[in-house]
Amino acid sequence: MTTYEALRHFADSWMLLGFSVFFLAMLVFVFRKGSQSQYDQVSRIPLQDDEKV
Amino acid sequence: MNGYALLAKLVSLGSIVLIAILLAGFGHDTGYMIHASMIAVIAFGFFIYYARSFSFAAAGVPLQATEDTYLDSVIQAGLIATVFWGVAGFLLGVVIASQLAWPILNFDLPWTSFGRLRPLHTSAVVFAFGGNALIATSFYVVQRTCRTRLALGNLAWFVFWGYQIFIVLAATGYLLGITESREYAEPEWYVDLWLTIVWVAYFLVFFGTLLKRKEPHIYVANWFYLAFIFTIAMLHIVNNLSVPVSFLGSKSYSLFSGVQDALIQWWYGHNAVGFFLTAGFLGMMYYFVPKRAGRPVYSYRLSIVHFWSIIFLYIWAGPHHLHYTALPDWAQTLGMVFSVMLWMPSWGGMINGLMTLSGAWDKLRTDPVLRMMVMSVAFYGMATFEGPVMSIKSVNSLSHYTDWTIGHVHSSALGWVGMISFAAVYDLVPKLWHKSGLYSMRLVSWHFWLATLGIVLYASSMWVSGIMQGLMWREYDSQGFLVYSFAESVAAMHPYYIIRMLGGLLFLLGALIMVYNLIRTISGPKTSMARANSPALAV
Repeated sequence: MTTYEALRHFADSWMLLGFSVFFLAMLVFVFRKGSQSQYDQVSRIPLQDDEKV
Repeated sequence: MNGYALLAKLVSLGSIVLIAILLAGFGHDTGYMIHASMIAVIAFGFFIYYARSFSFAAAGVPLQATEDTYLDSVIQAGLIATVFWGVAGFLLGVVIASQLAWPILNFDLPWTSFGRLRPLHTSAVVFAFGGNALIATSFYVVQRTCRTRLALGNLAWFVFWGYQIFIVLAATGYLLGITESREYAEPEWYVDLWLTIVWVAYFLVFFGTLLKRKEPHIYVANWFYLAFIFTIAMLHIVNNLSVPVSFLGSKSYSLFSGVQDALIQWWYGHNAVGFFLTAGFLGMMYYFVPKRAGRPVYSYRLSIVHFWSIIFLYIWAGPHHLHYTALPDWAQTLGMVFSVMLWMPSWGGMINGLMTLSGAWDKLRTDPVLRMMVMSVAFYGMATFEGPVMSIKSVNSLSHYTDWTIGHVHSSALGWVGMISFAAVYDLVPKLWHKSGLYSMRLVSWHFWLATLGIVLYASSMWVSGIMQGLMWREYDSQGFLVYSFAESVAAMHPYYIIRMLGGLLFLLGALIMVYNLIRTISGPKTSMARANSPALAV
């Protein structure tokens, strides 16, 4: 098997699976229970940055 | 910096001067010799600058650390550079647009020919204007959202000056005819190596600041900036792998050949669009739009999904630049499919930016800077719809190689990148120079309308001219002969070229108004309240 073929097979099998799992896990993580209040809080970071001196 | 560090700096600068003089003497071609002389002069300038502040008595005495303030002077310099290169780049755009309309303006000289001025224009607007805007705002945003000073001392200043030197070397190289002929990556091998060093320093400053942050969460704008810095490093290095003919000459040859070279080139080229002109400026959007509107981003969840979707999809879209070429068919289709999929996260991001204003839409009437941001995000939406459409093979068979592509690029670059950068500059200048506000909001309004009108003229004339061009090229008569010669299609485009030049002129005029407004703002009186808010750390 040439390097090209080996890489090609790796890319369309394990790598593809790895990327898909990572992406789906990200979605699950972002929409996990209780994340809303945390995200509400961190989304205010830019608004608070120069209030205090 | 202590005295020994300064001494080491003087020794290395002195060595650079000597080596550059030797290279200038032994160089194989004129361009290389001129560049080596320029490096010698620049290094000598820095040598004098540092030598003036050196004294043996002070050697070994560490300077007072200033950890309790933000490093803002480098951002001020970055904003000035942004505006300066912006005006230079827009002016060059008007010049080459006029050359297309009236070819006599090429002056029959190699240095002023369209072929050399065109990369000068693209690099000036993308890398000099856009790049300085990204570097300056990223330094600002990362300090504010991490509530800490930039990492690694004055390395940020090295990034600033190093980047300007890269721009000057690249720009003079194009005029001298030094080019790798790679789209958006024309500089030759030694300039590429220099940019690599500067870019690694940039990465270290940014990443180091994230590491020492006082805010536990890394705000989403920083994710976009980091993705931009990291991916551009990867793209730049791979795309510019080349073998110099000689270390004493400017010419090099790419490590890749044929269709692989073409794919590497457009893998780089499209991701320069995706990660330089999109991800980086999205970082700007996610900080400055909420800041200016005074409201948090519409959905933080959506911003995270936006981020990862952009990262996962953009990197595959490059092959759509090579439809109907020697590139394997599956790769073309892959590029098309990923480009079409990109539409969704892009519009997710647009909606996120626009909806941040919900409940604050009234501010559009009073704040022209916010209006610029909204126009910018609207152009982001338009361009990210037009792009996927043009990547579809059957559409591309009409649009490719025509002015439609140029129109698409400019509605994204002038509309999205330009407008959000102007807005960020307008937002930052009063803050960093401690003024109560801009000199004139009316002038910002003028800038906004001139720029918008300019983009409308530009994009619409290029749509008409591009589609006409595409249709003329594929028009056959009943006997199977082409109806139009190529020269006829060129002649038909003349009026649209003039309209396009006028559009560019309006955009340039708007930028000049900005320059006047900013100069008056900076030279205006300081406010006592603003002085109290000077860049002390919010801990």
